[in-house]
Amino acid sequence: MESPNLLEMRRIMKAFPGVVALKGVNFELRSGEVHALLGENGAGKSTLIKILGGIYQPDDGEILIEGKPVSIKSVLDARAQGISVIHQELVLVPEMTVAENIFLGREMSRGGLVDGKSMIEEADRLLGLLDIDIEASAKVGALTTAQQQMVEITKAMSFNSRILVMDEPTSSLSGKEVDALFGNIAKLKARGVGIIYISHRMAELERVSDRVTVLRDGEYIGTVSTRETDNDALIAMMVGRKLTSYYTRTYRASDEDVLEVRGLGDGRFLKDVSFHLRKGEILGFAGLVGAGRSELVKCIFGVDRFTSGEIRIEGEPVRIASPSDAMSHGVALVPESRKAEALFLKQSVKYNISIKVLKQFIRSVFVDRKKEEAIADRYIRDMSIKAPSSAQIVGNLSGGNQQKVVIGRWLATQPKILILDEPTRGVDVGAKAEIYAIMNKLTETGVSIIMISSELPEILNMSDRVMVMAGGTITGALDRTEMTQERIMQLATRRA
Amino acid sequence: MDTVKASGVRKRGAWLGNPFVAFFRDNLGIIIGLLAICAILTVMSPAFLTQNNIFNVLRQVSMNLYVACGMTMVIILGGIDLSVGSIIALSGVITGGLISFSHFPLGPAVACGLAAGVLIGVINGAIISQTTIPPFIVTLATMNIARGAAYVYTGGQPIRVMSDEFNFIGAGYVGSLPVPIIYLVVIVLVSLLILNKAKMGRHIYAVGGNMTAAKFSGIKTKNVQFFVYVFSGLMAAIAGVVLASRMFSGQPTAGQGAEMDAIAAVVLGGTSMSGGVGKIGGTVIGGLIIGVLSNGLNLLGVNSFWQYIVKGVVILIAVYVDFLKKNASEK
Repeated sequence: MESPNLLEMRRIMKAFPGVVALKGVNFELRSGEVHALLGENGAGKSTLIKILGGIYQPDDGEILIEGKPVSIKSVLDARAQGISVIHQELVLVPEMTVAENIFLGREMSRGGLVDGKSMIEEADRLLGLLDIDIEASAKVGALTTAQQQMVEITKAMSFNSRILVMDEPTSSLSGKEVDALFGNIAKLKARGVGIIYISHRMAELERVSDRVTVLRDGEYIGTVSTRETDNDALIAMMVGRKLTSYYTRTYRASDEDVLEVRGLGDGRFLKDVSFHLRKGEILGFAGLVGAGRSELVKCIFGVDRFTSGEIRIEGEPVRIASPSDAMSHGVALVPESRKAEALFLKQSVKYNISIKVLKQFIRSVFVDRKKEEAIADRYIRDMSIKAPSSAQIVGNLSGGNQQKVVIGRWLATQPKILILDEPTRGVDVGAKAEIYAIMNKLTETGVSIIMISSELPEILNMSDRVMVMAGGTITGALDRTEMTQERIMQLATRRA
Repeated sequence: MDTVKASGVRKRGAWLGNPFVAFFRDNLGIIIGLLAICAILTVMSPAFLTQNNIFNVLRQVSMNLYVACGMTMVIILGGIDLSVGSIIALSGVITGGLISFSHFPLGPAVACGLAAGVLIGVINGAIISQTTIPPFIVTLATMNIARGAAYVYTGGQPIRVMSDEFNFIGAGYVGSLPVPIIYLVVIVLVSLLILNKAKMGRHIYAVGGNMTAAKFSGIKTKNVQFFVYVFSGLMAAIAGVVLASRMFSGQPTAGQGAEMDAIAAVVLGGTSMSGGVGKIGGTVIGGLIIGVLSNGLNLLGVNSFWQYIVKGVVILIAVYVDFLKKNASEK
């Protein structure tokens, strides 16, 4: 008789206000297996993992560990069941030692005082079991990212975990470090640990995983053995959906280049980025999280420095060393994270919209309040911002309206080139459609738009052309006839 | 949006935007508090509500309020300026010393005293804007440097200035109105203009509210930081010159603890230490509450040491009430 699976998740359902994250997802894990979990952003991977880790409770469905149904109501429950999650952002305390981090929260004590020596001895023993060459007394902050990850693995193993979840473990590792990690994974497999491996890097999945499960839009698509499949088949499973078009783009052809970027690199991550933007065009930038798109536009906008390459606006080379330089050339950037990077949450809509154009209505200490109101009202109207008055505090608006405030602020500067980084993230469907309509109208007046988006339907609907980035460089350019989800995904997952 | 409704809402918004109405609406709590304290004191002491006494109170709080206006901007920016007390001493002794020892005429001597305060402000502003060293540390250091400079310059002794001209600066009257009150009105007006009207004011709120967003908006955050600390230094220097004038001497020990009194007024007035919000009007009320309390306790013959305790308790109550208000609105 076949021994039961180490883990089985059956028909898991989870809904949040406004969105159903998981629609009856199945997942199983065998002991000693590396099982990859694959899917686009928003497919439901992290929700599933959070349920396994005790952070969320499923609305329906069941979880079985070694054949027995379990209820995981908290992180402590999860740990008691032998489940450990290693997140993408490592949760270590840099100023503490390896030993202190491993035993964080459950320090060994003797007579009421923390027993540092025993902790170091025990930590050394655990590190030795995994053949990890790190001193338990070393400060975590002094270790490389790869070594820090090993500390996290050791910590997880010290809980006698049987199920280990690794979320994008190689995103900050170099080639050699990835090899070392895979070596450790092999050791864990030999000990019967089951590993759930989340990653977008197809090449790695090929190397390290035994099976792959694909999720799409919260649905379970299928599970295949890694040996019996290939990249194209997996991509097809990931994206094969019918597109519901929000909006039809009325394409306006123009041959003049309004922006040209040649060979841009920042000496750290971005390498040799070249592209051009035509007047009146919407140029989509697709790619996975971490591909370098936001970094690229921050360089173009003057927030970050770039060390090589040049930028030409309307044919003339320009020097952009600060946001005010960029603005003087007619470039505007609506950043990715509106709350952290754009909004003054405690201030009014009027303040937020007018902050960039104060010169238009303030002369030394004379404020033309009528003009200020007029500016605010114009954009409230144009963008259909739903707020009781322009004095409304922005922090109280919905995400969609907040996003419109930021866009309105930038439109008030009459830009030539508008860069939108994830313009509809966290925005409801109604506001999304309104923002698309605004984008379309803008291009009709000659504004050129660069749109970064991780939502493929958005890219496909709104872009005239698409640039795909991966690993800090451009992996491909597609025009309207070549744009398919599969093709974009292929370029996005290619290791440059 | 329905145009009729929209215009109705806009009209109401415009009325509420009227500065006086806004002043009362924003600071209702502390205004009531101030009036309540005044009412209680009027009942308890007949000497309270006289013109003489009222001018006394205003004159006493004015020096703290000069500094507090500058401190309001600093705290809105998200920073702090601990050097103001030492600047009070430094500007006083330099002005006094230049008049008494170097026989400078009054005007240039005062100008140099103010310049000394501005210089400390420049040092603060330059270091804070160009580095990531926290303002607390920078101004703590300049606090010591300025105080030390005052001691070095004076050899540790007060500098007597037997000049009626000089004394008029701080102790004179225009009609029956003490001169420091006139300065107070001017300084409050200038501060209001800067914060509420000028572009710089909005930039101060922006940098204090969300520095990243301010940078992304092309605001030259370094310039804003520099300006605020220089302004704070100037305000403290003005307070220092006025104080020295009233005492007929420049004292190297002057102004000790002044930074705390200024911060107390600012915080009582509703400005948040986390930055991004705050008003001059509130600071003025805050300073008045502290001043009225001190004055009242004096009139009632209460031991002056108790005043420290009362001051501290009032500040705690005020920020607690503010905390409750914030929690209620963030539902």
